[in-house]
Parts: sequence; C-alpha cells; structure tokens
Amino acid sequence: MADVDDELEVRVWRGGEDGAFQAFRVPRRESQTVLDIVTHIQRHLDPTLAYRFACRVGMCGSCAMTVNGVARWTCRTHVNKVARKGALELRPLANLPVIRDLVTDMREFFDKWARAGGQFRGASTRHDEFARVEPASVQRQQVDAGIECIGCGVCYSSCDVVAWRPDYLGPAALQRAFTLMADERDTAGRERLQAVAGDAGCHSCHTHMSCTERCPKHLSPTAAIAKLKTAAARAALRGEL
Amino acid sequence: MNAAARLGAWLWALQRGSAAVLAACVLVHLVTIVLATRAGLSAEAILSRTQGSVGWFGFYVVFVVALAVHAPIGLRAIAAEWLGWRGRALDLLTALATLALLAGGLRAIWGVFR
Repeated sequence: MADVDDELEVRVWRGGEDGAFQAFRVPRRESQTVLDIVTHIQRHLDPTLAYRFACRVGMCGSCAMTVNGVARWTCRTHVNKVARKGALELRPLANLPVIRDLVTDMREFFDKWARAGGQFRGASTRHDEFARVEPASVQRQQVDAGIECIGCGVCYSSCDVVAWRPDYLGPAALQRAFTLMADERDTAGRERLQAVAGDAGCHSCHTHMSCTERCPKHLSPTAAIAKLKTAAARAALRGEL
Repeated sequence: MNAAARLGAWLWALQRGSAAVLAACVLVHLVTIVLATRAGLSAEAILSRTQGSVGWFGFYVVFVVALAVHAPIGLRAIAAEWLGWRGRALDLLTALATLALLAGGLRAIWGVFR
C-alpha cells in the first residue's frame, strides 16, 4: 500500500470527441477507488468535470470509464490494481459518442437492446398461475448465466467488432436476447432470432472474447452469442427463420 | 429482415461446415506433400499417381469445393468490416470469389488428373 500522503498523477479527458487530457494531482488514500479519484477532482479541484455514477457499489452500471486504456467499472476498481507508476489515465468509454469529459451518450447502446428484441413477451396474464421454472433445469441455468448484466457498457466498449462495424448489436444486447430465448415463459423467440441473426447480429461476432474478459460481473456474452448462432443455424436449416 | 437473418444463419452454417471439411482436407494434403517430397518423388512420378486416379480427383474436388464455400464468406466479412461494404456489393464479391476459386481449383485438378 502506498503512503497515504503520496499523490497520484491523473490525466483526465476533457471536452468532447476533439477534447484533450488535463492533468491533476490527487492525494492517495487507503482502499481508494478510481471513482473516488474522479469525485475528488470534481469536489476539490475542478467542479466543472462531468462524469456519471449512482450506486457506488457495483449495481447500477453507470460509472464505467476507460482506465489506463481498459474499460472498467470505476466504483469497484481499486487504484492500487490499475495505477501504472503512480499515474492514471481516464477517458470516456470507447465506441460511444462523447458528450463531455467522461460522459458518453449511451442511447445507441440501449437502442440496440431494443433492436435485439430485449423485451420479455409472455402469454400469461396476472390472473394466471405463476410459471414454475425448475431452478436446476438447463434453460434456467442458461438464463442465470447472463441475467446479472448491469448494462455498464464495458463489453460494448471493449468489443473490436463494434469498433469495426458500428451497426453491430454488441455483446450486451445479444446476451440479453439470449437470456430471453432461454426463458421458457417467453413467446417471442422466432422474432427475436430474426432480429439477432440479421446483418449486424450474432454472426458478426468473431469470438475475440474481449467482452467476456472485461465484464466486471464475470458474465460470458461470448457463450450467449455462440448459442444464438447455433439456434439461428438450426432454425434456418429447419426453415423456421 | 428475415431474408438477412436467413442469409446470415446459412452463411455461418456453411462456413462452419466447410471448415470441418477443410480441417481434414488440409491435414491429408500437407501429409501427402511432406511424404512426397521426403520420398524425393519427381514431377513425373507424382503425375503418374494422380493421372486417372479417381480417388485423388474426388478428394481434391471436395477440397476445392469446401475452399470455395469457406473463403468467400470470410472475405465477405472482411469487406463488410474493413471497407464498409453492404448488400449487393457483398453478394457480388462473394459470388465472384466463389467462382474464381472454383475455376482455378478445378482447373488445377483437371491438369493433374487428365
């Protein structure tokens, strides 16, 4: 652990797409997170710094940024683990338009969830009995594997394919789609498969696994996308796509 | 939308399937080359084995067809990602690459078979 009176050299992105880095010196504290650093800068050094956060405990998914070149959730990233030679470089998430400083426009990211058929559609009403889903069933386990996504955008920002073809739906939206495909109560499977198997859908994934490597919740969008590919191929071979 | 989904799924299945065939073909092809060169076979000796051989002819036809299915789908993805091509241009590229590989490959096989 560094001495608490040490200082950290922090370069922070300021402005929009054509902005530049601004350097700050921030005092080190014990168990300090990257979000603590950003908050310190805004409260004590420059109140005009724009950034997003809400829960501070890894649940809301709003504080993701690029820390020393890697997309991370900043509230649960300790400075100790990521600082290089006492320095940090903070940028907004990649693959998303920059609004200002560390804040990106996430509309496209979430619009793609909708485009991938990310809404649950069931057949039962409130008057029906609850569906009984066996917790140990394969389908339920597949849902469990992807359901904890907090929508932070780290996977989307880390994905090479999104960088190469911006219309690609991306790991988070496709994984969301897969959790619904595996949900036995859902009735929109065919439409969803058509939505995710299109031109910029699951087949564009190259299995680089950056999303899986970087996901702070340790989910595997890559696995979900692979299952979507197989499901789409099966449906196509049966003439049901 | 459905047409795009069907096409995507079919291209993926075809590329996967042809990859499995290619894995076996490449292995046989490489082992054959290594054995032939280590044994010091001359061009005439190799031709005497391939000319009229239905087995080698069939094997290399399968190889070339798998290649002509597999490679153009990859080129298509590269053109979409790196050059930003879409729709008709991609279909044309895929078709041309398939025809070129088929023509070149089959011509070569015919050359050592007849």
